[in-house]
Amino acid sequence: MSEQGTSNGALVDVNGVEKVFHRGSEDIQVLRDLHLKVPAGEFLALMGPSGSGKSTLLNLIGGLDHPTRGTVTIAGERIDQLSDRRLAAWRARHVGFVFQLYNLLPVLTAERNVELPLLLTHLSKSERKKHVATALAAVGLSHRAQHYPRQLSGGEQQRVGIARAIVTDPTLLLCDEPTGDLDRKAGDEVLSLLQALNREQGKTIIMVTHDPHASARASRTVYLNKGQLTREPRD
Amino acid sequence: MHLIWGNLLRKKTRTVLTLLSIIVAFVLFGFLSAIKQALTGGVSLAGANRLIVRHKISIIQLLPVDYKRRMEKIPGVAAVTHQTWFGGIYQDPKNFFMQNPVIPDEFLDMHPEMLLPAEQKQAWLKTRTGAVVGRKTADRFHWKVGDKVPIQSSIWSKKDGSFLWEFDVVGIYEGRDKNTDTTAMFFRYDFFDEARRGGTGQVGWYTIRVNDTAQAAEVAKLVDAEFENSSYETKTEAEGAFVQAWAKQIGDIALITASILGAVFFTILLVTGNTISQSVRERTGELGVLKAIGFTNAQMLALVLAESCLLAVLGGMVGLGVAWLLTSRGDPTGGMLPLFFFPAHDVLTGAAFSLALGLVTGLFPALQAMRLRVADSLRRI
Repeated sequence: MSEQGTSNGALVDVNGVEKVFHRGSEDIQVLRDLHLKVPAGEFLALMGPSGSGKSTLLNLIGGLDHPTRGTVTIAGERIDQLSDRRLAAWRARHVGFVFQLYNLLPVLTAERNVELPLLLTHLSKSERKKHVATALAAVGLSHRAQHYPRQLSGGEQQRVGIARAIVTDPTLLLCDEPTGDLDRKAGDEVLSLLQALNREQGKTIIMVTHDPHASARASRTVYLNKGQLTREPRD
Repeated sequence: MHLIWGNLLRKKTRTVLTLLSIIVAFVLFGFLSAIKQALTGGVSLAGANRLIVRHKISIIQLLPVDYKRRMEKIPGVAAVTHQTWFGGIYQDPKNFFMQNPVIPDEFLDMHPEMLLPAEQKQAWLKTRTGAVVGRKTADRFHWKVGDKVPIQSSIWSKKDGSFLWEFDVVGIYEGRDKNTDTTAMFFRYDFFDEARRGGTGQVGWYTIRVNDTAQAAEVAKLVDAEFENSSYETKTEAEGAFVQAWAKQIGDIALITASILGAVFFTILLVTGNTISQSVRERTGELGVLKAIGFTNAQMLALVLAESCLLAVLGGMVGLGVAWLLTSRGDPTGGMLPLFFFPAHDVLTGAAFSLALGLVTGLFPALQAMRLRVADSLRRI
């Protein structure tokens, strides 16, 4: 990933962001005056206790939600100002999501699940097939292409999830507790895969995790506590 | 397409049951359309240039045969002929069909939709006891030209007191259009009038052909005025209205069928709507994932609508197909509903209904899917 189009050299620039949720008459401030820069090619781990705002921050960076205040700039583009329609197109082009519970569509085979983001492109059927095969090969699951999610182990499902996230060669990979539902062995395999994508293909990865073992694989770890970032974990 | 099929097949039992209920609704639609066609179809086939003149009090009151001469003199009248209700059965009361005495050449001239070969027409003109039978009835009773057929009248006795009449089948007529009734039998009025014990010189009703269709209402008024204050006052109306009044004896067919179909489709609307809504609610998380991947609101709307439309159109097509097959076997009553078939325009209406059903049932869940907030839906997984 080149530095072109980045904001002040950072691929991700979160500047003075606040996020407030309204529940009835109550306002819940989840993020407060948050600043974060992530250079291109970095593998960043985002840690913090439950309710600290990790997933909310990830959603803002991934264009799934809008900040109450502040700006979110990705590869030089202010995504906090985009309309829902443009944001959807932006996500399709720039972001790959990996979820804790894999979130594969149970009615589609692994191959069809991976193909989903490509349906939003102008690629022909044969080109899509080629891209899907490449992505499945990258996660070591070419032989499981025709299997449905229920026929795959948790680790395999998560690898299909990663294949789906990288099949469009996105600018940014956002992983929300990618090993949270896996045993240690399967979790290690997934982390190794993410690490390889970061080191060998230069993918910029932001990973939310509770697990210090997982964060140890990242090139940098930041901590979120009560809606603010710290360099060190706090109680 | 894989996604749409996959979603429909996710809960196979639920989808199959919903599909079955849609199929049943459209089979019912087809059947009711065929019944409606059978009971009111004659209205559309009625000649626009033909008027029916009957006794003012009711159709069962007779009119004098010499009215014909007076009607022919009325301006705008091109031709006049008459028929009389014979009310006979063949062998068994369930073998009921229409038989009327007519004047052969006048009758055929008045009804060009009934096609009779020239040599059979000649045979009819030569044979006093001759009768021509419609194709459906000839096939039903396996009658052929040359057969002698006994008909038991419920109204008319012969001079010897017998109600059993015997006719020679001299011709079999075909219908020019699908709508033409080919279940009737027509025999000669001169033979009938001479042989019957009572009612001589009287006929059931007249059919008038007018010179100009636009003048039909005016001619009808003139006819009724001609016989006003006589012992046999008349009521003249368009043939279509006459047939409609005949059908209305068993009720307003259109209203009855519309009411039944309305109730059926309202129920189907709820059943299908519930299936689609439930299906969308169950996969809120998955829809959230699709949105996260980059599917737009419009694409989410289209995805859910495609599912509901596929389900409704599939059920509709199968139902209409089954109805078509069942009704194409013809009149299930063995003669009471001679025009029983599923009209092509109703098939098209049914197809449009099925699409509308899909759109209406899918709209609300589709809007729900469209308005889903990604972050919220992902939290609900």
